[in-house]
Amino acid sequence: MGTIDINGKSVETDEEGYLVNLNDWDEAIGGELAKSENVNMTEQHWEVVNFLREYYNEFQIAPAVRVLTKAIGKKLGPEKGNSQYLYELFPYGPAKQACKIAGLPKPTGCI
Amino acid sequence: MAGPEIKAPALREFPTVPALQPDATADVKCWVASEKIQEPLGFPGKLADDWQETHDRAIGRMGELLDKYRSLKVFMDACVHCGACTDKCHYFIGTGDPKNMPVARQDLMRSVYRRYFTPAGKMFPQLVGARDLTREVLDEWYSYYWQCSECRRCSVFCPYGIDTAEITMAGREILDAVGYGQKYSNEIIGKVHRVGNNLGLPGPALIDTLSGLEEDVKDDTGCDVRYPVDEKGAEVLLVTPSADFFAEPHIESTIGYGKVFHAAGISWTFSSMASEAGNFGMFIGNYDQLHKIAQRVRQAALELGVKRIVVGECGHAWRVAYAFWNTLTGIGAGANDPFAVELQKQLDPRYKQPAHICEVTWDLIQQGRLKFDKSANDHRIVTFHDSCNVARGSRMGDYAGGQFDIPRHIIKAVANKFHDMAPETIGERTFCCGGGGGVLTDELMDIRVKGALPRMEALQRVVDDNGVNFMATICAICKAQFSKVLPYYGFKSGMVGGVHQLVSTAIQLGNEQ
Repeated sequence: MGTIDINGKSVETDEEGYLVNLNDWDEAIGGELAKSENVNMTEQHWEVVNFLREYYNEFQIAPAVRVLTKAIGKKLGPEKGNSQYLYELFPYGPAKQACKIAGLPKPTGCI
Repeated sequence: MAGPEIKAPALREFPTVPALQPDATADVKCWVASEKIQEPLGFPGKLADDWQETHDRAIGRMGELLDKYRSLKVFMDACVHCGACTDKCHYFIGTGDPKNMPVARQDLMRSVYRRYFTPAGKMFPQLVGARDLTREVLDEWYSYYWQCSECRRCSVFCPYGIDTAEITMAGREILDAVGYGQKYSNEIIGKVHRVGNNLGLPGPALIDTLSGLEEDVKDDTGCDVRYPVDEKGAEVLLVTPSADFFAEPHIESTIGYGKVFHAAGISWTFSSMASEAGNFGMFIGNYDQLHKIAQRVRQAALELGVKRIVVGECGHAWRVAYAFWNTLTGIGAGANDPFAVELQKQLDPRYKQPAHICEVTWDLIQQGRLKFDKSANDHRIVTFHDSCNVARGSRMGDYAGGQFDIPRHIIKAVANKFHDMAPETIGERTFCCGGGGGVLTDELMDIRVKGALPRMEALQRVVDDNGVNFMATICAICKAQFSKVLPYYGFKSGMVGGVHQLVSTAIQLGNEQ
C-alpha cells in the first residue's frame, strides 16, 4: 500500500501501485503513475489512456488488446493500429501498464 | 516495471544438475490476499493475532485433509528420499535453490506431518526430521508452495508416484484456512463468482468484443463467421479461458474455434455465465471453490439447452473438465444419480462429454469436413509445447497418449513444417512454461523467467537446428507466460501462439460472401 501526493492531493495505491479508487484519477495523478513506470507521457500515450478510461466507463473493464488496437487504428491511422505500436508506447504491455497509468484496476487472469 | 532487474540464466550446453544455491529464492513472496479478497471466499481475512490460534487451525486443517485425501497421507509416508525427483523441477533447475527440489518441497510439509501425526515424530522429533509448526515454517510454506506450478513432472519420475502438486495444493489449502491466501489466485476466484470469469469481463463487454471479431473475420475472409453468446438451442457450448477473449495471441485461437464450427456447419455458443474454463479452485486445492466455479458450466449448459460441451485451449481447465467435471457437475458418463442424469438426458450420447476443442477439430479433419490450404502457414516453422495439465492430468481421444498425438496431428494437417523438441522435454516429460498453477503474476517474474530455462533450452535447440519460429500450445497460461518470458531469452514475444491459431490461418471457409 502506498500513496501518491501531488498538488495537495493524496491518493491511495495498492501494493502493486494501482489506484485503489478509480475516481481519484486525474491527469496529474496519471502523470505520477507514468513516472513510477518510467513511461514518458506524450500526446500518443494520452490518446491511449483516454480511450481506456472511456471504454472502462462504458464496460467496467479495460478493452481487449484487439479492441484497443482497432480503436487506435481508426483514430490515428492503420499504421498505428497494431500491438507493436502499443508496446512501443507501453513496453510492459498495453493491458497492464497503460491500465495502471489510466487509474484502472489491473486486468487479472491468464494474461 | 520498477524493481530489481530480472535476468535470464544462461542456457546450458549440457543440461546437468545445477550447483546448489541454498535459500536463493527464500525471499520470494507473492502478494498476500487482503481481507477484502479472502472473506467473500469464506476464508479468514488474515492471520490471527495469536499464533497459537493459527497453529491449531493449521494443524486441524491438515488433519482433516489427511483424513479426506488418502493420497496425501500416502505421499507423506511413502517417500524414501531416493533422489529421483531432485533435478526434475524446472524451478530447481532455474534457481538452484535446494528447497525447490520436489522432495524438499514435500518435506516442508512432511516434517510437520511427522511431528503431529506420527508416533515417532511425537516422541523423538529430532530423530525423524520432525519439526514444530512455527511462524517461520508457515512463511516458508507460503514462499515455496507458491514457487511450484503444480506441473507434476516430478511425479513421472517418482518410483512411488508421489504427486508433489497434491502436496502443494494441500499446503495452499492450509494457508488459506489460516487467512494466508495468495492475492493473485484468490482475487481471480472472487471475480469468477461476481462477474463470471477470471478477467472480470462483464457480459456486455464480451458481446462487444466478439461482435468486433465478427467484423474482423468478415474483413479478412469475406465470410460471416459468427461468435455468438448465450444463444439458446445451440448444439455446442464452448467454454474457454477468458484470456481467449482479451489477450494476444489467445484471441487468434478464438477466431480459429469459430471458423472450425462455421466450416463444419455446427451451431455453437459461448455463455456469459460460463465465460471461463479456468478453475483456480484447483490451484489452491480447495474443493468448495473448485465445485462452485465448475457449477457455472452446468448451470449454463442447462439454461442454454446445449447438446455438447466443448472446452477451449486451457491446460488446467481440461484437467478439471476431464478428471473432475463428472462428479462436480454431472457432465460425463457413468453416474446414475438424479443430479448427473438431469444433464445426461440433455447431452448427446454420441459425443464424448466434455470434449476438447482439439478432439472436435481432429474428428472433423478425419471425417474430411474441414479443408485447409497448408501453404498459408508456410511462413511458420512450428514446434509444439505440451502443457502440463493436458500432458499429465488428462487424455484426449480413446487411447493413452492421445493428448500428445492429437494436437500434433492437427498441426501437421494445417502446416507443412513441424519439428518436435527433444523427447525428454515433451510428452509426459514436458517442462512447464514456468507460469502455471497460480504463479502467473507480475511479482513472481523472476522465478517465472528462471523456471522457463529448461523449456527455453529445448526451444533454442530446434530454433538452431530447424529454424523453428513458432511454438504452438493449447493453454492460456502458457501463451501469456511465454509472451512475457521469451524476450528475456532473446526470442520474439510473438513466437508463441495457439494450435487453433494455425488452424485459423489455413482453414478454407467455402464460398460464402
